[in-house]
Amino acid sequence: MSLALEQVLNGLQFGAMIFLIAAGLTLVFGIMGVINLAHGSLYMLGAFVSASAAVHGAPFAVAVLAGAAAAGLAGIVMELVVIRRLYGRDHLDQVLATFALILIANDGVSVVWGKVPLPVDVPSALAGTVSLGGFIYPAYRLVLIAAGLLAALGLYLFIARTRLGMLIRAGATHRETVAALGVDIAQLNTVVFGLGALLAGIAGALLAPILAVQVGMGEQILILTFVAIVVGGLGSIRGAFVGALLVGLVDTLGRAYIPVLLKPVARPEIADSLGGGLSAVAIYVLMAVVLIWKPRGLFPAGSR
Amino acid sequence: MSLDLIVGYGGMVSFGHAAYFAVGGYTVAVLAQHGVDSALIAWPIAVAVSAALAAVVGALSLRTSGIFFIMITLAFAQMVFFTLIAVKAWGGNDGLPLGARSVLPGIDLHDANVLYYVCLALLVAFTAFAAQLVESRFGIVLRGARRSERRLLALGFPTFRYKLVAFVIAGAGASLAGALWAEYARFVSPDMASWSRSGEFLVMVILGGIGTLAGALYGTAVLVGLESLLSGFTEHWMLLLGAILLVIVLFAKHGLYGWLAGSNDG
Amino acid sequence: MLTFARASLAALLMVSVAGSSAFAADPAPLKIGMITTLSTAGGYLGEDMRDGFQLAIDEEHGKLGGVPVQVIVEDDGLKPANGKQIADKFLLQDKIQLFTGIIYSNVALAVVPSVVEAGAFYVSPNSGPSQLAGRGCNKNFFVVSWQNDTPHEATGQYAQYLGIKKMVVVAPNYTTGKDAIAGFKRTYHGQIAEEIYTALDQTDYSAELARIRAANADGIYYFLPGGLGINFLKQFTQAGLKKNMKVVLPEFSLENHVIGAVGNDAEELYGTAHWLEDLPYAANKKFVTDYRAKYHREPTPYASQGYDTAKLIASALRAVNGDISKADAFRAALRKADFKSTRGAFKFGPNQYPVQDWYSMKVVRDPKTKKLGIRGVGKIMRDTGDVYSGQCKLT
Repeated sequence: MSLALEQVLNGLQFGAMIFLIAAGLTLVFGIMGVINLAHGSLYMLGAFVSASAAVHGAPFAVAVLAGAAAAGLAGIVMELVVIRRLYGRDHLDQVLATFALILIANDGVSVVWGKVPLPVDVPSALAGTVSLGGFIYPAYRLVLIAAGLLAALGLYLFIARTRLGMLIRAGATHRETVAALGVDIAQLNTVVFGLGALLAGIAGALLAPILAVQVGMGEQILILTFVAIVVGGLGSIRGAFVGALLVGLVDTLGRAYIPVLLKPVARPEIADSLGGGLSAVAIYVLMAVVLIWKPRGLFPAGSR
Repeated sequence: MSLDLIVGYGGMVSFGHAAYFAVGGYTVAVLAQHGVDSALIAWPIAVAVSAALAAVVGALSLRTSGIFFIMITLAFAQMVFFTLIAVKAWGGNDGLPLGARSVLPGIDLHDANVLYYVCLALLVAFTAFAAQLVESRFGIVLRGARRSERRLLALGFPTFRYKLVAFVIAGAGASLAGALWAEYARFVSPDMASWSRSGEFLVMVILGGIGTLAGALYGTAVLVGLESLLSGFTEHWMLLLGAILLVIVLFAKHGLYGWLAGSNDG
Repeated sequence: MLTFARASLAALLMVSVAGSSAFAADPAPLKIGMITTLSTAGGYLGEDMRDGFQLAIDEEHGKLGGVPVQVIVEDDGLKPANGKQIADKFLLQDKIQLFTGIIYSNVALAVVPSVVEAGAFYVSPNSGPSQLAGRGCNKNFFVVSWQNDTPHEATGQYAQYLGIKKMVVVAPNYTTGKDAIAGFKRTYHGQIAEEIYTALDQTDYSAELARIRAANADGIYYFLPGGLGINFLKQFTQAGLKKNMKVVLPEFSLENHVIGAVGNDAEELYGTAHWLEDLPYAANKKFVTDYRAKYHREPTPYASQGYDTAKLIASALRAVNGDISKADAFRAALRKADFKSTRGAFKFGPNQYPVQDWYSMKVVRDPKTKKLGIRGVGKIMRDTGDVYSGQCKLT
């Protein structure tokens, strides 16, 4: 029983991790209508900057802030130089342009930091494990869950309660009206894009201690993130949250239990490798099923 | 090329095109493994298998549109990718070599030049076929569906069926490409089905200009040419490639073809 | 058909490039085609290998075995298709007859058959696939590194030697992963408590870690190349599992870059390798010192393999005085393996894969510098070839 609880917790943690990245992506899509493949590159940048800050002796909190700030700034520059020109263009042009940005970012990072993965240690205060009733759990992973929840709550309050949040909501559905009311839409877009980039940077910085900080890390997680926001419904923070948790849970529980369930019915070596294969495609099956059932995802934007 | 058909004319972006490419290649390779080495048998089977797969995937995916369509085709492609990686009899991630090229009666495919001309002939045939298709009633309906699906539905056209047929034809085309690739390389591997390869196909099409068959050819030639030129020139070729692509997107609104032709209709 | 537009255009473009970059020196240097992986997350492997190779050339000021050489390097981007296209270009446009460089087996399997069938030579610095080791062996194909199974057999042997009774084994769910586990089980005869297959692009291992904890084993072996292994090790240590389990790894998961990336988590890990930086051979000492001096980073097995490959080629080039069109003489010279390997004794088996010693190692903290490093412990296997060589019929 405690093992099952532990696996559920693992799923939530993975979901929280995906959410941190997905939130920015869905915000940018929902409000600006831009498909940004290079979102993963911002995440990578956050990880690399915080890792090199940590290598130079910065305390963990400072390193995370540095990573977030760097990604946020890079996001703003990206918006001003490239993304700005893509509003109103076909989604496909956006895909191509942001794909080009991925190439530039990956090679740029390998020029600056080299190809060898960078080291980041978990801050020593959080490095231990915590006993949670029946099982022990790494403390740092609890921090990640908390960070995900905090980000979700913060974003919700920000969007629902602040003036800027209200403008963002309005901008998503009634662009022209907002513009007619004298709001500088261009500036609003830059802010939103920077915010999304900032979130990706935080995710990168927070995950640096448990993942390999290396070139290409952005694309690895980008696909999962896209799956999450598509399952949840594009453009909605709530959708991204639910989608990310679903993807995290399905993926983790799939890996934990599909091989075990197969054991009684198949020979062990077959059960293990078949189980591995099935759990790898589990989230794609989830996405296909959700989209066939609800072609616009679970919580499409504008339905709230 | 075949992707251009669905992207440009049907307004459907498939992020899973590599799956058919891989299925085509694998069909030829697996048939060869079992001793079927006649191209006249292997190639049509490859195309048929992919068409059948495309029919199933298309029927399920076409219920959605836009980015959801992209993602669902991606999902199916990933399933193909993970299957290919896990099946040891087909070489798994190491891929599957073909002992020898298939046999066409009267034509020696082992001669590189001959194989090249066979491919060229098929390319021309497919281009001609696609061009015909675009100009036909079928193509007009498809383009109509891209602009305004509702209007066509109101006119009584079953757009779903038209789109599905386009999707299947495109899948079959990609499959033929995969089969030919397998003959040329005498090797197939799961990365033929990877999502980054689908992305690469898509980039070629977009680069050339969507909805123009000639554009797909330009796009392919430019991307492949740049890639191989730059990677021979510097280790950091991706940086340059990225920059060049970016400039093209930002300044050539209808792809290279539109830019070169100076026309404004996409 | 995309492919053909590709190949022909590439060919056209390359004519100009080849024309402009050709050496003007007299006599024309011997061209060596190096197809390797320099981009993607696996890029640092190719980089180390290439730099090791270059180091050997620099020692002779642009020559190998007294013969001026020009190495043409191209990045395959870890895509078999790209590798194949580069190989065709090298063969047809640049008329290259000597190839090396490939890191990953899937690329090698796409490239090697067409290269050797064209009568050219391929000397592999890293990949040694089983498909080309047994019945599929070829007289023009040489492997300097290892057969792909052997590192795992050595690791199994070491786990056995360490007296670990119950092991968990982990590998990605693809053929290379399954072959690795099969290799490990060939020499480890204790109990396998759990066999876990992970997804190829996995970043989070919490579900697997919970299964590992529940298995209650006293040792773990995993084959997770590059970044995957780094992710896994970090998370494994944070889960507090290292206290009760001995970690025994093949060299891919335990080299200097991995240790650099996981930091303190690498302490007290066990492993096996065919090369170690502290091996007491003169050739190795020179290589390690020069490599550090030139590139300002720690050497890895990949770098040593690149260096050894260049040294092997040098020995054979010297024997034929740079004329590799004397294919039989060149082949015979390669087969002799008359060079000083950084790993000590080295010879080729009947399938032209190496027969060599394997070492056990451990990660320890240097008492003076306080830095973690790999120290050799002893020899775990002697003069070891591979299980496929018997099926190879080379005369």
